[in-house]
Amino acid sequence: MSAPSTGRAFLALLHRDLSLAVRNRGELVNPLVFFLVVVSLFPLGVGPGPNLLGSIAPGVIWVAALLASLLSMERLFRSDFDDGSLEQLLLSPQPLPVLVLAKVLAHWLTSGLPLVLMSPLLGLLLYLPGRAVPALLASLMMGTPILSLIGAIGVALTVGLQRGGILLTLLILPLYVPVLIFATAAVTAAAEGFAYNGQIAILGAGLAAALTLSPLATAAALRIMVQ
Amino acid sequence: MVAEAADAAPLRTRALGCVRGYRRLFESLEITLQPGEVLLVEGANGAGKTSLLRLLCGLALPTEGEVYWHGEPLPRCRLEFQQSLLYLGHTPGVKLELSPRENLRFLAALHGLSVNPQQLDDILDTVGLYGFETVPARALSAGQRRRIALARLWFAEQALWVLDEPFTAIDRAGVARLEARLMEHAARGGMAVLTSHQALQLTPAPRRLAL
Repeated sequence: MSAPSTGRAFLALLHRDLSLAVRNRGELVNPLVFFLVVVSLFPLGVGPGPNLLGSIAPGVIWVAALLASLLSMERLFRSDFDDGSLEQLLLSPQPLPVLVLAKVLAHWLTSGLPLVLMSPLLGLLLYLPGRAVPALLASLMMGTPILSLIGAIGVALTVGLQRGGILLTLLILPLYVPVLIFATAAVTAAAEGFAYNGQIAILGAGLAAALTLSPLATAAALRIMVQ
Repeated sequence: MVAEAADAAPLRTRALGCVRGYRRLFESLEITLQPGEVLLVEGANGAGKTSLLRLLCGLALPTEGEVYWHGEPLPRCRLEFQQSLLYLGHTPGVKLELSPRENLRFLAALHGLSVNPQQLDDILDTVGLYGFETVPARALSAGQRRRIALARLWFAEQALWVLDEPFTAIDRAGVARLEARLMEHAARGGMAVLTSHQALQLTPAPRRLAL
């Protein structure tokens, strides 16, 4: 198939998934509310002392973002699987990894990006030092797309299962751990006034790897699961 | 095109067999489909009609045997094959949040077909969805949702149609229009494989395969 047609299909799928997300506002808001609630419960649980909160803020925000992303992951292929759209994607004359990338991009734009934009506010809530906010933004900007891309593989592998939720968590959580470690290390370093570009560079490398490998793995997993 | 040897048939299966769980649905199935032919797959519920259709379009891998498209085994020529394939499954692939027009525009773009708005409205009119173009499919009846998916047959340029129960939930006038469209497709040298529990009025009569 010619390149312009593949590009058109990519844009059409992106556009379709974005309009679907806008029309299902409940699902759109769900992970955001979760993120907000988890983070805002911490001052109540551990006490409002600025020192303690400031030092655990990077970890709290990142763990909450990771769980919120996990929560929204399952809807990536679920409805397409249920209504037969997935079969149409698999049988279209377009390379499947390109279509997978469009779906993951739409998913990240509607679930990951809002988390990134909301995070400075939550940093403020937890007394995160102001100089750590750019690091928080950078780490989330690099890290949440990795979460979406890795999650897509897991979701594709569990899409045909009735209750794939637990299995999905078991499959992808170990792969989320390195992202969590480097991202929180970057934010903590920035809060203490150290350079954090090393950790961000590693996240960038992870993003590049996930961007190239995950669509291929996801496409292969989808073909197996639809059989 | 002249139908000479079975080798020249665009779609051909060799010793196709399918096992589901502990049941053998069918074995050593030899199907050839020539341009202009319509194949009607018949059988009781659970006989393996849907399984066969999924094998023919490469969604599932056969337990034994192979499917050939223009002489090439299927997994190896996937993109060329899918360029000539239109598949309508049990679940029609219609998004309930989107209107018929949005659904069709997406499906056309996905399959690399360009349809202008006027054409799209004409097709929606043909399948009886005129006046419902902008209503979300959620608010439509089962038959109307099915018609959204079937509307693809009117802008399809694909040579091979694989249709799983296309007439489910369609009223009598709709069935007649679909039959006419199928005959038109066959007359232009297109091929179709379909399952149906209804008696169809197709001329020339389709080839039948009983499972």
